Amino acid sequence: MISLFVARRELRTFFNSPIAYIVLGGFLLVAGWMFFSTLFLGGQASLRGFFALAPVLFVVFAPAVTMRSVAEERKSGTLELLLSMPLRDWEVVVGKFLGALGMVAIGLVFTLPYAFSVAALAAPGVSFDWGSAAAGYLGLLLLASSFLSMGLWASALSRNQIVGFIIGLLLCFAFYFVDKFAVLLPESLGEVLEFLSVDYHFENIARGVLDTRDLLFYVTLTAAGLLLTSRQLAAVRQ
Amino acid sequence: MVRIEGLAKSYGSTPALRGVSFEVPRGQVVGFLGPNGAGKSTTMKILAGYLAPTSGAAYVGGIDVAADRVATRRMLGYLPENNPLYEEMMVLEFLEFVSEVRRLPKEGRSGRIKNAVERCGLTTVMGKDIGQLSKGFRQRVGLAQAILHDPDLLLLDEPTSGLDPNQIAEIRELIKQLGKEKTVILSTHILPEVQSTCGRVLIINDGKLVADDAPERLAHGEGGTVSVVLASRLGSSLEPAQVQSVLERVPGVTSVQAAQGEGAGTLGFTLRYGTEDPRRELFEAAVRSELALLEVRRQHVSLEETFRRLTAGEAAPRASDPKPQPTA
Ligand SMILES: Nc1ncnc2c1ncn2[C@@H]1O[C@H](COP(=O)(O)OP(=O)(O)OP(=O)(O)O)[C@@H](O)[C@H]1O
Ligand SMILES: [Mg+2]
Repeated sequence: MISLFVARRELRTFFNSPIAYIVLGGFLLVAGWMFFSTLFLGGQASLRGFFALAPVLFVVFAPAVTMRSVAEERKSGTLELLLSMPLRDWEVVVGKFLGALGMVAIGLVFTLPYAFSVAALAAPGVSFDWGSAAAGYLGLLLLASSFLSMGLWASALSRNQIVGFIIGLLLCFAFYFVDKFAVLLPESLGEVLEFLSVDYHFENIARGVLDTRDLLFYVTLTAAGLLLTSRQLAAVRQ
Repeated sequence: MVRIEGLAKSYGSTPALRGVSFEVPRGQVVGFLGPNGAGKSTTMKILAGYLAPTSGAAYVGGIDVAADRVATRRMLGYLPENNPLYEEMMVLEFLEFVSEVRRLPKEGRSGRIKNAVERCGLTTVMGKDIGQLSKGFRQRVGLAQAILHDPDLLLLDEPTSGLDPNQIAEIRELIKQLGKEKTVILSTHILPEVQSTCGRVLIINDGKLVADDAPERLAHGEGGTVSVVLASRLGSSLEPAQVQSVLERVPGVTSVQAAQGEGAGTLGFTLRYGTEDPRRELFEAAVRSELALLEVRRQHVSLEETFRRLTAGEAAPRASDPKPQPTA
C-alpha cells in the first residue's frame, strides 16, 4: 500500500530532527519514573502504576509526535510537492498517521526494558502478570491511535507546529479529562461522559477485558480524526 | 495535452484568475509570461491538481483534473514555484521516495533514477542532504523529481529563477531537450528564455489571457530601433542638434533620441522606425552630410516591449489587489 511509503518517509524525517530525540527522551524519562515509582514507593512489582499514569503522558507525547506532520509541510511548501504526486488525500493522511503510530510504537518498545526490570524485581513466589501487561500495551496503542489522529488534524489546521501542538494537546486533554468529574454529575450524564473518555476505555482494556465497545470507541475516534484531517487537506487545496 | 476552459480562481475574495481558456497540443513548449501576481502559478497549481478552481475546468490528457486528480497527476511532472523539497532527505533517498509514491515498477526504478540524475547533472551530490545543496543543485533536484517518471507533460514554474548564467544556460538546454519529446509549460520572468526555448507564448495579466502567439510574431511587425554612433568624416567637431535633424529627416525614422557616444568626437543616437527598415537610407544620408557611421545596430521591437505594452497600466495598482473590500 502506497501509504506505507509515506509512513516510512515520515519516520525517517522524524528521526532526522533533534526535536524527535527530545520528545522521545522526555517520554522515556517520564515513563521510567512512572514504572519505578510504584516499585519504590509502593513496594509492588506491577505495571499498574505506569498504566494508570500513561494516558496523561500520552496527552503530551502524542501531539508532540504529530505537531510537525502537516504544519511543517504546509509551511515549507512540500505539501504542494507531495500532493502533485499521484496520491489521494486520505492516502497521505493514513501514511502520516501510520508514521506517527510507528514512532509511538518505537517509544513503547523502548519501555519494554523497564517492564522486564520490574518483572525481574517481583518478589519470589509472586508471579508477574504478563497478560495484563500485554493488554495494557495494546490499550496504549489504541489510545495513542486516537490521540495521534486528533493531533494530526490539529497539525493540519495551521502552518505553525506550535499551534498544532497546543490544539492537539487541548483536544487530547479534553478526551482524557471529560469524565474526571463524572461522579459529581447525575448518573446518566456521568455515563455518557465516561463513554467519551479515552481513559475509561483504556482502564477497561488494561484490566485485561477486551470488549468490542472499547475497541469500537478507539477505532471510531481514530477514523473521525483521520477523516477530519483529510477534509482539512482538501480545504487547504481550495 | 492540456485544455483549460474558462478557468477562474479566487483566494477568498481576491480573484486571481478571471476566466482563462487555452489549449496546448502534445509536443509544444509554451512560455507562460505575466507580471507578478498575474496568476501564472495559480494556473500551474490547478493543472498540477493541487488547487481546486473556483469555476471552469482544466483537462490533462483529456481527463478533467477535478474528476480524477490522481490520473492526471500520473501524466505530469511538476516543479512548483520556489521548488519546495524535503531538506532533511538525501538526494538519492528523495528520488527513491518519489519513485515509490509514483508507483514506478520496481525493476525500472533504479534505471529511471539513474536517467534523471544524469540528465540533471546530479551524479556528484547523490549522497548529500538536499538542505546542504546550492540553489542550482536544488533546482536540478526539483527538475529530476519532475522528469523521474518520464511524464508526457511538464509544468515548470520559474525553473531558472535565482540561478547563475551558466546554470541558466544548462537548465535551458535541458528544457530544450525535454521539449523535443514532451509538452512543456514553463513560467518565467526572463523574456529571452521564452525566445530561446518556447514555440509559443501565453501572456497573462491580472488573471486574464492577453496574448497567445509565437514569440517571433509577438516581437515583430512593430518596427524596432537602430542604434548608431557617428563621427565627422572631416575630423571637425559635431553639432548634436544639427546631426539629430539630419537623422530625423531619414525616411522611415519616426523619432530620434540622443544616446551614449564612443568618446570624444563621436555622437550616439537611437532611432525608432515603424514598418520600414531605414538603414539603407541612413547610410546615404550620412554620406551626404559628411558623417561616418561607426556603428549601426538594429533591434526588433523586443518581446519585452510587447510584454510591457500588454501588461502596462494594470501592473500598477489593481482594483482587486490592495486592501480587502468590505463585503456587503
Ligand atoms: N495562497 C494565496 N492566498 C491568497 N492569495 C493568493 C494566494 N496565492 C496567490 N494569491 C494571489 O493570487 C494572485 C495570483 O498569484 P500567482 O501566484 O498565481 O501569481 P504569479 O503570476 O505566479 O506571480 P509571480 O510572477 O509573482 O510568481 C495574486 O494577486 C496573489 O496575491
Ligand atoms: Mg508565480
